[in-house]
Amino acid sequence: MTTTVQSNRRTTDHSPASEKPYRRGRQRSVLLTLLTSLFAIYSLVPLLWLVINATKTPEGLLSSFGLWFDDGEFALFDNIRKTFTYQDGAFTRWLGNTLLYVVAGAGGATLLATLGGYGLAKFDFVGKRAVFATVIGAVAVPGTALAVPTFLMFSKLGITNTPWSVIIPSLVSPFGLYLMWTFSAQAVPDEMLEAARIDGASEFRTFFQVSLPLLAPGVVTVLLFTVVATWNNYFLPLIMLRDPSWYPLTIGLNSWNDQAQTVGGEAVFNLVITGSLITILPLLAAFLFLQRYWQSGLAAGSVKE
Amino acid sequence: MTRRSWIGWQFIGPFMAVFALVFLAPIGYSVYLSVFRTRLVGGTSFVGLENYTNALSDPQFWQGVTRVGLFLAVQVPIMLGLALVVALAIDSGRLHGKAFFRVTIFMPYAVPAVVATLMWGFMYSNQFGLVGNINDALNITLPEPLSANLALASIGNIVTWEFVGYNMLIFYSALRVVPASLYESAEIDGAGAFRIIRAIKLPAIRGALVIATIFSVIGSFQLFNEPAIMRPLARNVLTTDYTPNMYAYTLSFAGQQYNYAATVAIIMGVITMVVAYVVQLRGTREN
Repeated sequence: MTTTVQSNRRTTDHSPASEKPYRRGRQRSVLLTLLTSLFAIYSLVPLLWLVINATKTPEGLLSSFGLWFDDGEFALFDNIRKTFTYQDGAFTRWLGNTLLYVVAGAGGATLLATLGGYGLAKFDFVGKRAVFATVIGAVAVPGTALAVPTFLMFSKLGITNTPWSVIIPSLVSPFGLYLMWTFSAQAVPDEMLEAARIDGASEFRTFFQVSLPLLAPGVVTVLLFTVVATWNNYFLPLIMLRDPSWYPLTIGLNSWNDQAQTVGGEAVFNLVITGSLITILPLLAAFLFLQRYWQSGLAAGSVKE
Repeated sequence: MTRRSWIGWQFIGPFMAVFALVFLAPIGYSVYLSVFRTRLVGGTSFVGLENYTNALSDPQFWQGVTRVGLFLAVQVPIMLGLALVVALAIDSGRLHGKAFFRVTIFMPYAVPAVVATLMWGFMYSNQFGLVGNINDALNITLPEPLSANLALASIGNIVTWEFVGYNMLIFYSALRVVPASLYESAEIDGAGAFRIIRAIKLPAIRGALVIATIFSVIGSFQLFNEPAIMRPLARNVLTTDYTPNMYAYTLSFAGQQYNYAATVAIIMGVITMVVAYVVQLRGTREN
């Protein structure tokens, strides 16, 4: 994925590129900042709780205050080691599975949504309205309405309890399609496409050489959302997979959490908490990394008239 | 039929092919399943609309529908209202540290529902959670977040925490592409910030508001992950039929009643579509 946007320079609030002309010299408000801060605190407290409690022993979890460290113990590294080694390294396998589902599922979903959204935005074709109505209508059907028959269909095809049963349904992102549709409509000028047609370039060549670079910020955005959706997927793998060796992280962590409820099961809340922290770190990192491209994309989009 | 009409299909075709396989085919199969019944004795027989009449007079089903309806009526306006206020605040250019807020408030969206629910579940618990800590420290007894009266609100809090940043980002992105010239002329006319929000910003992001509302409606009717994952903490409150989706799941995977489960799911789908359609009509009605 190539973009011409310079992403090595942090766009700050003071760079002209990220500011609309009329806002220059606008008064900043301390009150508004404080009010928004309250909301930021609400967003951060649970994450802070997770970080703090990943440093505690099982006993410390029970005995110490939830939002502060346990005085006597700092068990973070021990917890991390145990998380990766518990049950013969099940966590490592789940991490690998999750990566497989994300690369294949989110990558494929982004490709299909980009092509489809561009097609909806830039071409007139028979059944265009019907396509969008069908997609929006189908999104309204509850997950279980699809899950039960999909499960039965897939088991007839013999692909339940395999990676395919998780990857194939992940390839469709209606929201991604909508996003690429609106983004293509705004980011790719019709005049450019006309010019390319007059030059005799094929539509697909035009798409890859002219349109795709302009669509890059939108593509990154859709990729971000589909990665989050596949990484966080719970319901689909829950019904499709029986074999723990194919579990993604979400199902695996929940199975560890449920262990405490079973007769004779070992309570491993410290590993559930540490595993949860390890599960969200790559996503937050990817998100922050992609966010930079994406902010520049927003800034570029916002000066368009 | 011009060449162009065919080209458009080449672009949308791959998406639609997979879409047909994982959306349309299962929906068709669901409808097929819903008009049959499978019995241990006698096998599968065509029963017409009997499953539907059973479901529509099933108190377990209606309890779940009422519950998610209440959830929708309370949680969605709160969540979208907060998201809109924060998006407008960040877009106003009056915040210190704008980028920090945008990233921080979006962060929870990157947290899997499982992790978010486990986290909040731990915090809600009065054994070794924050609620227990506060009770001990202040020597009081806070109401239990997972008691019968508060469980739905506690789940609403988790869902709000997860998705408020996502909706904020949708609104914020829509605000970013409002042409600056609109603001300039409004400012020359001496319009204040709230006037600009009402007259320019809200109409400009109407489409985003409608889409976000529709997705939230769909999400509410499909409520499953949070109550299902929190069930071990409050089995008597978060029953297996707590939401229609949980009910359908229980019917299929615990009771093997695939036909009835498909029927419940289809009815939910129809209800969801009707509500989403009403939202869309109201949202795109005037000007």
